[in-house]
Amino acid sequence: MTQVVEMARLMQGNEAVAEGALVAGVRFFAGYPITPSTEIAEIMAERLPRMGGKFIQMEDEIASLAAVIGASLAGVKSITATSGPGFSLMQENIGFAAMAEVPCVIVNVQRSGPSTGMPTAPAQGDVMQARWGTHGDHPVIVLSPSSVREAYDLTVRAVNLAEKYRVPVVLLLDEVIGHLREKVILPAPGELEIVNRKGPGVAPAGYLPYRPDETGVPPMANFGDGYRYHVTGLAHDELGLPTNNPEVAEQLLLRLHEKINRNLDDIIMDDSMHLEDAGVVVLAYGATARSAGRAVREARNSGIKAGLYRPLTLWPFPARRVAAVAEKVHTIIVPEMNLGQYRLEVERVVGDRDRVRGVNRVNGELITPGEILALLREVV
Amino acid sequence: MMQELEKYLRRDRFPHMWCPGCGNGIVLGCLLRAIKKLGLEQDKTIIVGGIGCSSRAVGYLDFNTLHTTHGRALAFATGIKLARPELNVIVVTGDGDATAIGGNHFIHAARRNIDLTVVLFNNNIYGMTGGQYSPLTPANKKATTAPHGTIEPVFDVAELARAAGATFVGRSTTYHTNLLTSLIAGGIENKGFSLVEAITACPTNFGRRNKMKGGAEMLLWQRDNAVHVQKTKQMSPGELEGKIVIGLLHKKETPEYTFVYDQIIARAREESGPGTLTPLKGGESRGRTE
Repeated sequence: MTQVVEMARLMQGNEAVAEGALVAGVRFFAGYPITPSTEIAEIMAERLPRMGGKFIQMEDEIASLAAVIGASLAGVKSITATSGPGFSLMQENIGFAAMAEVPCVIVNVQRSGPSTGMPTAPAQGDVMQARWGTHGDHPVIVLSPSSVREAYDLTVRAVNLAEKYRVPVVLLLDEVIGHLREKVILPAPGELEIVNRKGPGVAPAGYLPYRPDETGVPPMANFGDGYRYHVTGLAHDELGLPTNNPEVAEQLLLRLHEKINRNLDDIIMDDSMHLEDAGVVVLAYGATARSAGRAVREARNSGIKAGLYRPLTLWPFPARRVAAVAEKVHTIIVPEMNLGQYRLEVERVVGDRDRVRGVNRVNGELITPGEILALLREVV
Repeated sequence: MMQELEKYLRRDRFPHMWCPGCGNGIVLGCLLRAIKKLGLEQDKTIIVGGIGCSSRAVGYLDFNTLHTTHGRALAFATGIKLARPELNVIVVTGDGDATAIGGNHFIHAARRNIDLTVVLFNNNIYGMTGGQYSPLTPANKKATTAPHGTIEPVFDVAELARAAGATFVGRSTTYHTNLLTSLIAGGIENKGFSLVEAITACPTNFGRRNKMKGGAEMLLWQRDNAVHVQKTKQMSPGELEGKIVIGLLHKKETPEYTFVYDQIIARAREESGPGTLTPLKGGESRGRTE
């Protein structure tokens, strides 16, 4: 009996995002060139037409996300990719996608900011913008990979979650993960779960476009398929038509959050190492988690009972899991390439600021394992 | 006639939100007459609006309708049309929506010659926010943000669209409804980017501040100041001063964006197939070994 073995392959993070999107069924990309995300657009421009899909370079990032939302409404899985400045421009339409419940994925390969900053240097300064960038209380899902293989997997997952929960999903890379090349062995196509949006399941006459089913998510009819309805960013009723009725508006807003909050176990993904007997834990995501992993291994080698907790889903914040980790350790160290954006959230959950320590950099350079290791030694 | 148009309306949404004397209902009537005239399939016709009084029209229409963010209707519509080229996509927008906040999308959609039909309701003012001047408010007019009179010159939006690459450009007024209907129908039939500028009255927020008494007087003003493009050839520049030129202003044949795109897809599929992974430089992209 012969065994089929996938050969290992050298792949870049941005390339893994593009390939993951294609495997997940994405057939529409609209974007605008920006370092350090441009490879994603370039690969999509090359590959999509060969697969019958569409790539379009729009006039700016505002238009890019608008086109993505339009294509998604027409029934095509859609994605865009950008970096900080472009991500800022997309914020209004991210809110539109959240309010009108249009599945879409926004890849943000973070670079140093604010403003033009250092375009080729990594940062993790968009963590809070990814959560709160658009105005109003809105649901959002944010995923952050730490390796090329994870970039691939989380892109597939991002598309799946967008389709399943009808939300904008942000895939937050940083320049290091976007441009990192490393060995990957990709899963065979059949091994991946691919989720498609749930269709109406009733005749057009009985279809209420914004009435949720038992999961809290309304089944979605695609434009042009015979279900005529209205889509708006205004507060709307179950028909999708605008309303100023406070009760209807409140029900809508609460449901938009509820569909995420009641499915946290499905949405939240994480990873950990040596938590069983750890007295101190490093909580890290993205490229910083690679340095954190190395620091934890070296600490272990020198007899420090250190552990690593790695949220792959940054938002919604894995509050219960972080609280459970915090119960067993005296200190949580949160290294980030920002001035402590995610640490704020960890402090909120731990409730004791003295037990949460940061290692922070905003100079466009990676945090080294040595810096984290030094703090691990200090706190024990 | 009205009864025949009723099937295109979400009748339970009436009364509409527009002020007495507003011309938007007239433009909407012309759009529906054009849709009826062409026999467009309701299930295959998408109507997209931006933000503002005119864009609210989409909420009253029984199609797949999309009410977007301010200025961005054309970018949303571009996504729909490119994803599903077989659908008819019509955009309703206003002067502020299309030429101020959405100006960039307007010129680029025209440049691409993507098959969208834009009905631009030009009431010379931001009506919904209470009468601020727009890029199409004529100079020396009053607005809440120009209490001493406007300084800025206006765009000639038809000329802007033509220069950017639109393949069908027309203008009419809410007085000249037959012309407006036939121009909208012509724009929908045109395979490419079409602009129909509809001069419409906002008595509440433009007329009232600019010595125009009401909707009826503003319609008469349109009657008296519009000149059909065919008549302009016999007129001197002095005679044309301050006149609105109406009619079909520009038409040309240029390949349409989604049509060309489909040819590219056909060629890419034939020449290279779907592929598996992007090839690595100088090596095999992926292999299987037994």
